[in-house]
Amino acid sequence: MLPNERFPKLPHALIVLGVLCLSVGSYLGLFVAPPEHYMGDVQRIMYVHVPTAWNALLAMTFAFAAAIVSLFKADWKWDARMEAGIEVGVLLAFLLCCQGAIWAKPTWGVWWDWDPRLTTTAVLLVAFAGILALRHFVDDPVRRAAWSAVATIIAYVDVPIVYYSVRWWNSLHQLQSSPATVSSQFYLPLRLNAFGVLFLMSGFIMLRARIASRRIATELAPPPQDLLGELA
Amino acid sequence: MINALHKELLLQWRTRAQAIAVFVFGATSLLLFSFAIGPSAALRQYAGGFLWLGLLLSSTLTLSESFHAEMENRALEGLLLLPVSARVLYYGKALANTIQLVLLGIALVPVMVVLYDAGTTRIPTIVLIILLGSAGISAPGTLYSAMTSQARAKQTLLPLLLFPLIVPVLLASVKATSLAILGDPMGQGRSWIALLTAFNGIYWSLCGLLFDRVVED
Repeated sequence: MLPNERFPKLPHALIVLGVLCLSVGSYLGLFVAPPEHYMGDVQRIMYVHVPTAWNALLAMTFAFAAAIVSLFKADWKWDARMEAGIEVGVLLAFLLCCQGAIWAKPTWGVWWDWDPRLTTTAVLLVAFAGILALRHFVDDPVRRAAWSAVATIIAYVDVPIVYYSVRWWNSLHQLQSSPATVSSQFYLPLRLNAFGVLFLMSGFIMLRARIASRRIATELAPPPQDLLGELA
Repeated sequence: MINALHKELLLQWRTRAQAIAVFVFGATSLLLFSFAIGPSAALRQYAGGFLWLGLLLSSTLTLSESFHAEMENRALEGLLLLPVSARVLYYGKALANTIQLVLLGIALVPVMVVLYDAGTTRIPTIVLIILLGSAGISAPGTLYSAMTSQARAKQTLLPLLLFPLIVPVLLASVKATSLAILGDPMGQGRSWIALLTAFNGIYWSLCGLLFDRVVED
């Protein structure tokens, strides 16, 4: 019933590991890596921004996969995992939008731009926040599981369509860099932070899934015996 | 499927007073949008956007009502007991919602032309865009309406779930409509219509597949 109860301390270990990676990576990114030639120190936000972006997408992909499994396999574990994935994904997408705005103001001169990646992230954020609201407003656990899985699948399929439609509409965002085009001084802190956020995210999802499955367990539990006696 | 569609259309015909109220609501929102911009030539430039926003806001009214009859006296359970798949019910309802939105959209076009001075000779193109855009709103809208009509806070939930999803439909419809009104020297309208068609293809099949899971208990 309860996920990863075999390793009860695993999420905590992952969170500690994630904080360690993030500390070392951010130290390297803030103090050791040289400032970028054109953008200067502003570019250092990339060391958290890019890992957040990767992991936000990863968390939502995890939620999508969990939605498919929970729709076809009657197992509450996957419903709890989906809820955890959506919630952590929404949190990361929100952080992503904030970091993007902080970076965009000094670089582009505006807080927000209607660039495909930005707009798609914002659309994803509201779409998945809507699913969390849906889960909140449906009391029957069976319906809640089926409906939020359906809504997650529908919202996730929308992502590439939103991306391409906004891309045709307008574009300004930086092209992606790859390790081949970036010096090791830049990508070492980036990688460390990426793994840091990944560990943190996995730990959070596991803990959140535990909370969710415990709530489902109480919802599905038969009413206490004394209550049944009173009714009879 | 024809029977399901017939049932929906009959229901809509019998509640036509509501359709008229929704039209008045759409026309009112078109009127209000012009106050937001002020009297200027810009109104004509944004006419397509306003038309679609008006239609989108009105659609939440028609969609949220579309499962109203089924919720009374638990009629949905009775319908599901019929020896047809739930998918048929979904397609009947989604088609009926599309027809209702198309009629509403066509009725709103003259209002737009008069208020925003957005006359155009490309009437068939506009009708095609309204058809594709309405279908794009109705396919996921009908599915979400089936969920939210049984949930708490349904008036808030339906737009909350539907609006982010149909960003591509809104974008493509607005662009294509604006191009049809303002002229399309680069021939871009076609690719927006292609995008609308692709969105419809994906969501009409995906939502039909998933509808069983929404109504079964």
